[in-house]
Amino acid sequence: MTADKPADSVRRARGAHDPNLLRLLVMLVFVFLLMTVLRPHQFATMTNFNSMMRQFPEYGIMAIGISLTMITGGIDLGVVGTANLSAIIAAKFLIGSVPQGSTPAQVVPYLIIAVLLSLSVGLACGTIAGTLISHFNIPAILATLGTQQLFTGIAIGITSGRPQSRLPLLYSRIGNTEFFRFVPLSFVIFSAVAVGVGLMLSRTRFGTSMYMIGTNPRAARYAGLNNTTIILRTYMISGLLSSVAGLIMMARANSAKADYGAPYTLQCVLIAVLGGIDPNGGFGTIAGVTMAILILQFLSSGLNMFNNISNFYRDVIWGGVLILVLVFNRLLSWRNERRAVRKSMVK
Amino acid sequence: MGRMTKRSEPYILAAIVVLSLLIQARSGQFFSGNNLVDLARSLIVPALFSIGCMMVIVSGGIDVSFTAIASLAMYVTDRLLLASQYSGNVILAYAISAGLGLLMGALNGFLIGFLRLPTFVVTLGTSSLFTGLMFGAFSASASDVPPSIARHGKEILFTATNPKLGLTSNMPSQILILIAVLLFAFFLLRYTMLGRGIYAVGGDETAAERAGFNVRGIKMFLYCFVGVLAGITGIARISMMSYADPSTMLGMEMTVIAAVVLGGTRVTGGVGTLVGTISGVALMTILSNSLILIGIPTYWSRVFTGAVIIVGTGVTAHQIRSTRRRHTQSQKATV
Repeated sequence: MTADKPADSVRRARGAHDPNLLRLLVMLVFVFLLMTVLRPHQFATMTNFNSMMRQFPEYGIMAIGISLTMITGGIDLGVVGTANLSAIIAAKFLIGSVPQGSTPAQVVPYLIIAVLLSLSVGLACGTIAGTLISHFNIPAILATLGTQQLFTGIAIGITSGRPQSRLPLLYSRIGNTEFFRFVPLSFVIFSAVAVGVGLMLSRTRFGTSMYMIGTNPRAARYAGLNNTTIILRTYMISGLLSSVAGLIMMARANSAKADYGAPYTLQCVLIAVLGGIDPNGGFGTIAGVTMAILILQFLSSGLNMFNNISNFYRDVIWGGVLILVLVFNRLLSWRNERRAVRKSMVK
Repeated sequence: MGRMTKRSEPYILAAIVVLSLLIQARSGQFFSGNNLVDLARSLIVPALFSIGCMMVIVSGGIDVSFTAIASLAMYVTDRLLLASQYSGNVILAYAISAGLGLLMGALNGFLIGFLRLPTFVVTLGTSSLFTGLMFGAFSASASDVPPSIARHGKEILFTATNPKLGLTSNMPSQILILIAVLLFAFFLLRYTMLGRGIYAVGGDETAAERAGFNVRGIKMFLYCFVGVLAGITGIARISMMSYADPSTMLGMEMTVIAAVVLGGTRVTGGVGTLVGTISGVALMTILSNSLILIGIPTYWSRVFTGAVIIVGTGVTAHQIRSTRRRHTQSQKATV
């Protein structure tokens, strides 16, 4: 343990020479090749790439949100509830206020308001979770288990559990735009989010302080960081990202529903852990998370091409993979610790 | 005075009394014999779950997989007994289910105790694994129960009738299991080294280890115990419903955790009582059974669960902070 250890760990967290990224890349290529060999006429086709690009942005953006909170040593289990609640409020606004038979040009201002409304609901949800965690010192797991129930509950309450459909056609038409008839708008949004958050983590003071709080909150406070504000902002970003995911889900399903995407919570935690985010905080990169998202989407789409595999096996696989990755990471870190000890003894 | 306000049991008991009187005033049916028996009946399953859940939270962990364990254990037991056309004593059903629960709990215990993995992520993973196995490998769907379990479900301790409405409610014999488990947990937590170890690990894991507690062993025991308890609860549930519905218990973990937290169990570990936990479960059960009686549509029940978790954890977090502040102040005073 020499003096340059903290600086070292921050640099490694930013992904300068991350062995985990290489492992993920190998895994990604392996899954891709495996599926291509097993289902050559279905997997490696333009149609499949297009459909995969439509599927992953909604949970991918939520996974990035969860990853950010996990980097600070917390977790946000309320992302799915936030996404649904913000989508439902936007949908209710659109259904209730757009007059029948209005032209597309008349609908546009309503759409802009709906989008802003949904984003502010997401921000508000994130602020609630962040306040509970940073100001009231409630452990993140329980605070966000609570907000998840609360947001989903409000969403069920105001809709009486019914899906909100019959949105203006223009919304889903814009939402499902494809550039060059191939690249969906949702994919473009996801890429922008991934690049933006990645830069924020690696290039800004705020990003560095998130890693510092995740590594050691007390040391971070003594180093002069305002932990309360930084944690609050992290959950606000997570809430905002969730509402973006909610808008994408609303466009894809052309409706909003209180219990949409319930399995996404597990999937997002799995993505974060697989992508190298340490559940105890302080480590992980968006590049890793993005690769984990792609690995999961390849697996998921590939499994869909086997008719005899029940959808429920996906739960088994997600749960199993999550545990295997945890075990693997733990054994690896034990081995590294032993090596470091041996090295220091040789010296 | 200070001691009383720091404990949360008095507040919950007061809340239960106020709520009961409120419902009694609105509907006039709360204190009728059959309503109380109905409440006791719907309390059994969440109360059984809550005992294990409380012990895990006291140890500083959290478990979201116990409903998945209960569902898979009871479903496999059910199919096994149906296939073998067994019609003997129901104890065998409990034993098989508890054994299966033990195996699943041991997996959690190994990952958490020996590999020191984070409890929440592990149990989230195993719960997905177990439900996936149940619906995938066993292609579970609602099924009949074997004769032994069906007979067990018809064992009634006594019947309460409501002369005004002509309704009758039966007190199921499964409440005896709850009482037995409660007694067992009480002795374990109060009079055994293992029980004190659970509190010690939750208070400060490093200190517990230095004091000579076998932290790994305690955690292994804890998750195995939760598994066994879940297996037993699964059979109790299907015998009371008299058919085996694989999804009947899934999702219940949130209300159980809410009840445990409401019962004054500290989410940072080290503090929690059986009395508080059972009162918390009672309050949640009364709330969810009576929402309609007080005129709140059932759609809003999840808002209640969420609010209870947030307020309950918020209160304990506040208590911890204020005791810590008082400690530092008294330290300053002595200096």
